[in-house]
Amino acid sequence: MIDILTPPRVGRRAIRVWQRNRDVWYKLYLASLVGNLGEPILFLLAFGLGLSRFVSEVDGMPYIKFIAPGLIVSAAMNASAFECTFGSFIRMTEQKTYDAIMVTPVSIEEVAAGDIMWGMSKGFISAVIIMPVFVIAGLMDSPWLVLVPVLALLVGLMVSSMSLVVTAFAPSFEFFTYYFTLVISPMFFFSGVFFPLSAMPAWVGRLAWFFPLTHAVNVTRGLASGNLAPSLIGDTAWMVVFTFVMTWVGIKLIKRRLIK
Amino acid sequence: MPEVVIQAQGLTKEYAGAPAVKGIDFTVVKAECFGFLGPNGAGKTTTMNMVQGYSPRTSGGLTVFGMDIEKDARKVKARLGVVPQENNLDPDLTVLENLIIYARYFDIKKSEAMQKAMWLLDFVALTDKKDERVPKLSGGMKRRLLIARALINEPDLIMLDEPTTGLDPQARHLIWQKLRGLKKEGRTMVLTTHYMEEAAQLCDRLVIMDQGKILTEGTPDSLIDRYVKRNVAELTVPDSGPGKILSRLEGLDYDYEIAGDTMFIYCDDREALLGSVTGIAEGRFIQREASLEDVFLKLTGRELRE
Repeated sequence: MIDILTPPRVGRRAIRVWQRNRDVWYKLYLASLVGNLGEPILFLLAFGLGLSRFVSEVDGMPYIKFIAPGLIVSAAMNASAFECTFGSFIRMTEQKTYDAIMVTPVSIEEVAAGDIMWGMSKGFISAVIIMPVFVIAGLMDSPWLVLVPVLALLVGLMVSSMSLVVTAFAPSFEFFTYYFTLVISPMFFFSGVFFPLSAMPAWVGRLAWFFPLTHAVNVTRGLASGNLAPSLIGDTAWMVVFTFVMTWVGIKLIKRRLIK
Repeated sequence: MPEVVIQAQGLTKEYAGAPAVKGIDFTVVKAECFGFLGPNGAGKTTTMNMVQGYSPRTSGGLTVFGMDIEKDARKVKARLGVVPQENNLDPDLTVLENLIIYARYFDIKKSEAMQKAMWLLDFVALTDKKDERVPKLSGGMKRRLLIARALINEPDLIMLDEPTTGLDPQARHLIWQKLRGLKKEGRTMVLTTHYMEEAAQLCDRLVIMDQGKILTEGTPDSLIDRYVKRNVAELTVPDSGPGKILSRLEGLDYDYEIAGDTMFIYCDDREALLGSVTGIAEGRFIQREASLEDVFLKLTGRELRE
């Protein structure tokens, strides 16, 4: 009934939805920020300190330095994925927040776009809050680091839109278990955050090319080390195209689900 | 001629080929309260959804404020106030925040929204609860807050989908009182209900729907006149059967109906009606004036709708 090829019509009112989510978040932001900081630091300590004794150097850097950049984009991925699955799903079904907004001048496409923008912001916050900790710890020092927040926005948008596509099909919360077990967790472990893909069997490397996070990890690692290979342009382009498609499809699918 | 607010012609909605609304015609004019009555599944909510631009029509014509809801959705929705059947207040926010943040969807400035919200909270008697979170409110309070929220943009048309379903009598009467207040101000209202008393209390005009069609239209009184006699006797069917009672009514204009163990006799002549059952009525017996409910049951039947 809804033509997936016609562009979604999203206007400035998507901001209103973003503002609503921000206002709700603001009530509990301290708890949320502590959570944002806790997890990446935990991984850094567990793997970084735990494995440093056995793995002295990877790609010419200490192991703990090797994993730090990937943990930043992983934090963005996790925050965005949670927001646009569980968060969006609760708003769409249980709370009927979407229904309430749809009868105002804000359109359903703008509701979906606002939720994606909010998911992006959550990813951005998660990444940016952890950066100073890693910089102070001496894990990253390149001047190119200033571009990491921009990358965090892109990764946040990418994962949020992808997650909203999943949400558009979700019959219940249980459905997200598949998404996290089969998509998000494998990405976390096989996108080169903890091990260089070159050290894995070749097929893993080929498969990892299809993981959005792989490209994000490549780019952050380049920015963190200042080692900017031309292939990073390809990685960035991959993410931009993927994000564009997912945002388009996600908004249209949410509309298809809600307009009856 | 009063200004037309909603005009529907041959309005039809199908879900995956199954018709929910089958080519209905109706007109709502300015400052009236227009009701949709019908059992569950009659197509009332579907009709409301089409008017709110929530659900695109399959065919037929539908204009709201003279505009096509699908083409001018934003302009129409800016002038609508919607009270949904199911609570969709924002549970993450307080009572006051619910109004302020809702106002923002209409681009109402914060200071203006605050002023309006405080006035509306007073109107629905929730000022004391303004900092309470929504899940802590009772069912009646939530419904009043939904009404306040629907008024935040000073709508030209208020749509209420079963505004008092599930509420206790106190809460229901308070809501009726508020809605009558809005009617007095000359607001246009459309409501769905399956409470006949609600329709009789609030509606200037109503339609009775069943299975996607409009069965009849009129004022509450005119429908009673048209479809049933003025007085009703309700009694347990006598062991000997209805024959003796009916023979006493011979020559008079009457109708009767037997549903389960109960017999309903309709007759304009109250004295004759009472006389007919004297000495026969055993068990339960009620004599009353006919109501919209009798019209409703006559037109839609007594079978359960699920």
